[in-house]
This record gives sequence, C-alpha cells and structure tokens, in this order.
Amino acid sequence: MKIIKPGLQVTIQDTGRFGYQRYGVIVNGVMDQLAHRIGNILVGNIGDEASLEMTMKGPEIEFEEDALISLTGGDLSATLNGQSVKRWRPIYVKAGTVLKYGACASGCRGYLTVAGGIDVPVIMGSRSTYLRAEFGGYEGRALKSGDQLKIGKRSDQSKKIFDQLAHTDQPFVESDWFSASDWGSENTDQHVIRFIPGREWSDFTEESQRLFTETEFQLTPQSDRMGYRFNGERLERSEQVEMISEAVTFGTVQVPSEGNPIILLADRQTAGGYPKIAQIASVDFSKVAQLKPGEKVRFKKITHQEAEQLLLEQEQNIQQLEQGISLKLR
Amino acid sequence: MKYELSPLGDSAVIVQLGRVISEETHHAVRNVTDYLQDNPIDGMVDYVPAFSSVTIFYIPMEVIQGHSYSKIASPYEIVCEQLKERFDNITFTKRKESRTVEIPVCYEGEFGADLQIVADHNQISVEEVIDIHTSGEYLVYMLGFAPGFPYLGGMSEKIATPRKETPRTSIPAGSVGIAGSQTGIYPIETPGGWQLIGQTPSILFDIEKDPPTLLEPGDTIRFYSISLSEFKNMKEEQG
Repeated sequence: MKIIKPGLQVTIQDTGRFGYQRYGVIVNGVMDQLAHRIGNILVGNIGDEASLEMTMKGPEIEFEEDALISLTGGDLSATLNGQSVKRWRPIYVKAGTVLKYGACASGCRGYLTVAGGIDVPVIMGSRSTYLRAEFGGYEGRALKSGDQLKIGKRSDQSKKIFDQLAHTDQPFVESDWFSASDWGSENTDQHVIRFIPGREWSDFTEESQRLFTETEFQLTPQSDRMGYRFNGERLERSEQVEMISEAVTFGTVQVPSEGNPIILLADRQTAGGYPKIAQIASVDFSKVAQLKPGEKVRFKKITHQEAEQLLLEQEQNIQQLEQGISLKLR
Repeated sequence: MKYELSPLGDSAVIVQLGRVISEETHHAVRNVTDYLQDNPIDGMVDYVPAFSSVTIFYIPMEVIQGHSYSKIASPYEIVCEQLKERFDNITFTKRKESRTVEIPVCYEGEFGADLQIVADHNQISVEEVIDIHTSGEYLVYMLGFAPGFPYLGGMSEKIATPRKETPRTSIPAGSVGIAGSQTGIYPIETPGGWQLIGQTPSILFDIEKDPPTLLEPGDTIRFYSISLSEFKNMKEEQG
C-alpha cells in the first residue's frame, strides 16, 4: 500500500501496548476499539492486527497488490477509484485501485483494516504508534506521502473471504454480507454517554454531581488522542484535598481545579493526580471516540454492575458475529 | 497490612495500600507487585504500581471464563475474590535487596540553566545546591508521566523550588530538574515546567532493552557531579 496523500495524522494502531505501564510507557492503541476489532473480524484476521486510524480527514492510498480490506468507524466518505464504498463489510480490492477519502460525514475516526494486517515491527508487544516517544507504527510517526506499507500474511479465514470475492473485472467488489454498525446496544443516542461514579465522586458537591448528570457538556477543540476536554458547568469538590497520583485508564474522567471535565483516552498518561468524578462505561468507549469538537453530550449514571453486564453482552454479540462469519464460510 | 479494593471502571481494580507517601507504603506496593508478577490473576493484562496503590487491569470476559457464566456473574467480584486469596498469602516485609543506581550529572553551563534560580530562591550558593543535590539518596517510588520518568522521594527541602511559571516547550532528554520538593530526570524530550539544574548522559529509556527503562520502582539512586568533558566522553562511548 502506497500513501499518495497523508490525510490528517493517520497512524498505525492496534489494541495497544499492555504490560509496560509500570515503566511509564503509555498504552496507545486505537481510539475506537470496537471499530478496529470488527474491522479485523470482517477481513478474517485472527487476533489483533494493526489497522490505519484516521481522524476527520483520511489519506489517499494506492493498493500495489490485490487486497482484502474493510472500512469501519466514522463515515469519512471513502471512495475506490472515485466510486463510493460501503463500510462495515469485507471488500476485495484489485492492485492499482486508489482509496480516497472526502468529507467527514458522521463520527470522526475511520479505520482501514487489511487482511494480514499492516506489517510493522512489534515493539513491546504492540504495533501502535507512540508519537511523543517516536516509536512503534511506521517509524514512530504519522504517515507521509510516499510511505509504503507492507501487508502481513493472510490467515486461512482471510483466504476464504478473499477467494469468495476475487472474481471480477471491476476494481473492487463489496461483500453482500456485513456487520451492524451500531454496537451501542439499547443506547442508540449518540450523545448520551454512560458512566460509573469515579473514585472521588463523593468528594464533589451535590450540586456538581447534579450538574454533571443533568446538564450538557460541549467537546472543545483542545481535544486529542490523549484526552477530550469539555466545557460546561463548573464542577467543584467540597474540599480541595491534594491527591496522591495513581493509575488512570481509558475513559477516566478527571476534573482539574478550573472545573471542566477531561475524559482520558488512548494516549493518556499512565498515572494522574486529579480527582476522578467518573469512569465512562467500556461499552460506550466507541461512542466517545467518535465525538468531534463542538458536539454536546450528556453523562448518564449507571451502576458498576450494569456496566459489567452491558460489556459482557456486547462481547457476546461480537462473538456471535465471529461465529456467523465462520458458518458462512464453511 | 491493610488494603482496600475499589473499582476503576469495569475493567480495573485499585488496591489502596496507604493514604500517605511513605517508604513503608512503598514496600507494601512492591510486595503486592512482586507477588502479582509471579501469581497473576485470571485475565490480568497489566498492573501499575503508584505511590500508595497498585492498579490491576483485566479483561472481564477472560475473568469469567472457567466460572459458570450467569447474568449475575460479576468479573469484578471474581477478581476481588482472587486478590483476597492472594493477599492472604503475602507476608508484608520490608524488602532487603534494593539496587543502587549511580547517575552522573553535568551541572555546568546550559545544562544547569536554572541553578541560579534554585540558589537564589533558597538563599544559598550554586555550589551548595549541587552539594545538596549530590549528597542525597533518592528512592524511586514510581515511574510515570513519560516512559522511564522516576518519581523520586528524598530530596532536601533546602533546595526545594517552585516550578517555572511558563513551562519550556521543549526539554532535552536527560535533563535533571527540580519542582517543589521533588527532583527528577526527563527520559525523553518533552515540554515541562521543572527548574533545570543539570543533564545526565545516562539513557533512561531505550526500546531495545528489556525492561526498557534504566530505573525501576524500589531502586535507590544517587547523583554525582561530572565535568562537561566527562559528559562528552560518556556520550561518545554510547555511540
């Protein structure tokens, strides 16, 4: 795959770098785990192969050999040789075909997954790009024009899907089967984000707790892969107690002293010392990852046990999709 | 040894081992991480030791595998049970073996750009700042902020200095700084607000090494002063 135009900060990511947080090495990885994972399942990848993550504006890419791909996540108006293509399904692409992205129509992060995965060196157990420390992914940086990406070896499952689609004179063929794009279970409202009260929830004033759950918060442009900063009603603790730094995770909602919440994301630091008002339920991470600056959200409180059950249900749905595809290919 | 378990979302648990930053709590943290390293719980993917806590990350679906799955199965409850069983077996002791790592620091010229600020703030001379900084023993409580960045305890209050009002946009790797009553070393180039007093030729973070960091929680470190030419020689030896 050859990058003709780079898009906006397009990076290679997988599920992330685990086991090294104790050394201060951040997890990294894709922002939208669900889109990345479904993408891998659709092209028959076994396990966690690296995909391309693009934000708002995707790249222009020429396929130098025949490939099996899928496009998942937000709708960044992808075309193949000028024809629009559908997301959430496997697509066979002939050598010489050009993938190009247009305007960001919905969501904000798109994923391009390839059968065999994008082949870059594994560093500390992951292919994810760590921009600040300049390692992982493609030379530790975002992609540039002229970069050439190698594709890994296809699994048996990928070969089956590939063979089913690869009979054509056209530049590409879309599969007639696909995955649902909505994995948010019953919570279909894109702007309602569910959370569990955080460790310091009860340190916040009752008024702040009420404001957090009953008023809207707007995502600011000062948001990136490290964290999403929101504007809204000022959130305050009853007492300003100095905290001892401890681990944070994806979806941790910190409130620094100026009173605006920040959701920590893929490139978060390993530890933090601000009070944690909330923790976003894992089942809604994908929704958070697809928010763009200017959008407004409401935070909805659920119990810890509800969050666990929702996550396990989502997991079962994904496993059903995997089984369904296996059956189809038998 | 007392501990408290509480969830960090639906996929992690925090083991709280104390309420203050102390060497005693630090030893408890190390006992827990050493034990987890050898006796991981089901579905564990990572653990993060901090000043007074250890956070354990797990995959809920893997936790419940092997347990009869039902609507009421809570991965968190299973994790807590497993942790309690393990903690019953840990004898909390002060660890005897501890590495001491010597860190050479050049305090000269640009490397010590803020030495005068530290000296003036504490009404002592630049030489005294260096003397005090190099005479202490520092304990690595945790790593964080950047890969290999040590949170150190043990700096003398005699050289404590507030952070810069405006952080520098770029600080070179190896820079040694002071912020409040903390001292530390920047392992990679990053923006930062610490008062810079020197630079070490030692490499604190190297992706080719396993572990990738020079320091680990529990290490004791000492700084010693080197000249600019010694600094250059050490740099050259690294290639």
